[in-house]
Amino acid sequence: MDIKILITWLIPLFPLSGWLLWGLFGKYFKGLSGYIASGFVGVSFILSVVLFFIVAYSHGFTDTLYPWVHAGIFKAGVSAVIDRLSVVMLVMVTGVSTLVHIYSIGYMEGEKGFSRYFSFLNLFVFSMIMLVISNNLLLLYVFWEAVGFCSYVLIGFWYEKKSASDAGKKAFIVNRIGDFGFAAGIFLLFATTKTLNYETVFTFIPSMPVYTTTAIALLLFAGAVGKSAQFPLHVWLPDAMEGPTPVSALIHAATMVTAGVYMIARFHIIFSYSPAASEVVLAVGTFTAFFAAFIALTQFDIKRIIAYSTISQLGYMFMAVGIGSYTAGIFHLISHAVFKGLLFLTAGSVMHGLSGELDLRKMGGLYSKMKTTAVTFIVGGLALSGIPPFSGFFSKDAILADIYNKGFYFAWAIGEITALMTAFYIFRLIFLAFFSESKLDPAKHVHESSKIMTVPMIILASLAVIIGFLGMPPFNESLFYGFLHTDFKNAAVFAPAVNNVPWYILSLISVLMGLSGIYAAYILYIKKTVSPEKIKSIFKPLYALSYNKVYIDEIYNFLIVKPMLVFFDFLWRVVDIKIIDGAVNGTASAFSFFSVKARKIQNGMLMSYILTLSIGAVALLFYYFIR
Amino acid sequence: MNNYLTVASIIFCIGALGVITRKNLIVVFMSLELMFNAANLGFVAASNYLNLISGDIFVIFIIVVAAAEAAIALGIAIAFYREKGTLDIDRANELKN
Repeated sequence: MDIKILITWLIPLFPLSGWLLWGLFGKYFKGLSGYIASGFVGVSFILSVVLFFIVAYSHGFTDTLYPWVHAGIFKAGVSAVIDRLSVVMLVMVTGVSTLVHIYSIGYMEGEKGFSRYFSFLNLFVFSMIMLVISNNLLLLYVFWEAVGFCSYVLIGFWYEKKSASDAGKKAFIVNRIGDFGFAAGIFLLFATTKTLNYETVFTFIPSMPVYTTTAIALLLFAGAVGKSAQFPLHVWLPDAMEGPTPVSALIHAATMVTAGVYMIARFHIIFSYSPAASEVVLAVGTFTAFFAAFIALTQFDIKRIIAYSTISQLGYMFMAVGIGSYTAGIFHLISHAVFKGLLFLTAGSVMHGLSGELDLRKMGGLYSKMKTTAVTFIVGGLALSGIPPFSGFFSKDAILADIYNKGFYFAWAIGEITALMTAFYIFRLIFLAFFSESKLDPAKHVHESSKIMTVPMIILASLAVIIGFLGMPPFNESLFYGFLHTDFKNAAVFAPAVNNVPWYILSLISVLMGLSGIYAAYILYIKKTVSPEKIKSIFKPLYALSYNKVYIDEIYNFLIVKPMLVFFDFLWRVVDIKIIDGAVNGTASAFSFFSVKARKIQNGMLMSYILTLSIGAVALLFYYFIR
Repeated sequence: MNNYLTVASIIFCIGALGVITRKNLIVVFMSLELMFNAANLGFVAASNYLNLISGDIFVIFIIVVAAAEAAIALGIAIAFYREKGTLDIDRANELKN
């Protein structure tokens, strides 16, 4: 077997065996499972890097491990596509996973389900790797669901807590809605092209009627909306914060939620041949970016703020893929994975230090007590705000510059306003948690996290500083663009550049937006020249709207959940009890009713039996004669 | 031929009436035998008239079966009498309803 093919299949094999090992024999390993699990994922990471260089210096390839389904014209194999897009994703997924695994050893220390946790974390990494490298839509769909399942299991990791198990169910059910569309899209694609293999599918797309392509693209996008928590299916992600924080970092920030963006980039041919569908992607992304940032402005739960921020940043990625800037979208995906993973890990460290405290109003002055956490958090915050030279600056500006130069001014303006809000909410969090006067319970012992947690944070923080330079502006001449854009060369150009505004002008605007957001937070929460309470009272309805998350949960509750409950109650009380049970019981009681009547005939009198018999015989005789 | 069948019918109706109206188990049984023999008479008459042997064979069979059945029926009558102290068949009504 070719060495690169061997490497390809060894990458998912390590986490898979980890899952089996901890799942079956976890209790014999005890604390050791964390270290070995991290080691396994680490090996996958090293192999991914090797594969990255193999692909970078030669070319991509595909390989089929074995033909999985072979029924008539329907063929789907366990096969991998290794091109530049998938190796970039592989390195990111396994890299972040390794760091999160190591961090988890410290974070989950002494938890009851320590081995269970690592078993599912390994299963997740396996599923995510397979999702990234799968070469046909059926395999993609299987692992698309598998990562959803891992997410469900890990959100509800503390299943004894009702809110955690509810959040897990919510995530799973909301994803069902999107995945219904995703499955329908796959069916439609198969019905029109009779194949699910990527390459073969893509050869059909250019000659397909536009409305079919649009329908397929929109249905596939429905899956992405669910998985990547875009409006209107974003409601599960903030609740998913009930899970352990490293899970939030890995699944709900860096990897799984970006699967939707990856999927669109992978199917860029389908999306680029349907400008209408791409426009929907852009619209949904733009709206979500703004909407989630707006909610994040007033939240007090630090993990929820970061969760809404994730939704908002995913919106940026969808904006990028919606205008056909797939490379920029993936670049933001990578840099976001690094700095958002970092923000979650540091938030987890804060939580850990304060024994589970999440409320910003009960924090403050943590800077002096946990310096490493504070510094790495600020690095993540600066990257998120798009301040140079942190990675968020390069990736977000690559997207915004493309949007402007392709002439989507409205989306660009929303993006810039969102950038302002982003900087504001993340620095509001930083100032309230780390700098303003302490509102902590003095009896509480606040401590910095152990090395095993801080080292991954430091590595991610350094990456958040370095990684942006791969996309050194102007983005079209950068290393990252040069590496990846060849994968997208077959995409139809539906949104050509109409302007050529140099990048530094646009970047200047973005940086100004970011800085003013930070400054606004500084005035409100450090200098206190304007009191937050005053702002709150001026914009009372807006504040209430944001604080209550635009009442989306309540609206869904009222519009969907309540009518559903009434409907299901009807099904239960009327259809099930009355009609179905009624039919079954009615048959039985009809029989017993008539048998009571019929019983009367059997009166024990031999004479009457014989009489009846004779009358019957005579009647038969008569009948015979008359006939 | 007609005469034979008329006699057979009359005997059959007497037997049937006896089965329906009589209360004594033995009398009912005797009436049943009458009905058998009415049927037998019909068989032999027809056999003679059509010049076939099968009717006679039927009759022999019926007599054999009736004899076996008579043995069982008398056994039942004795058991019934021991149980109830009477042969009134209206008392044999325990299987009703």
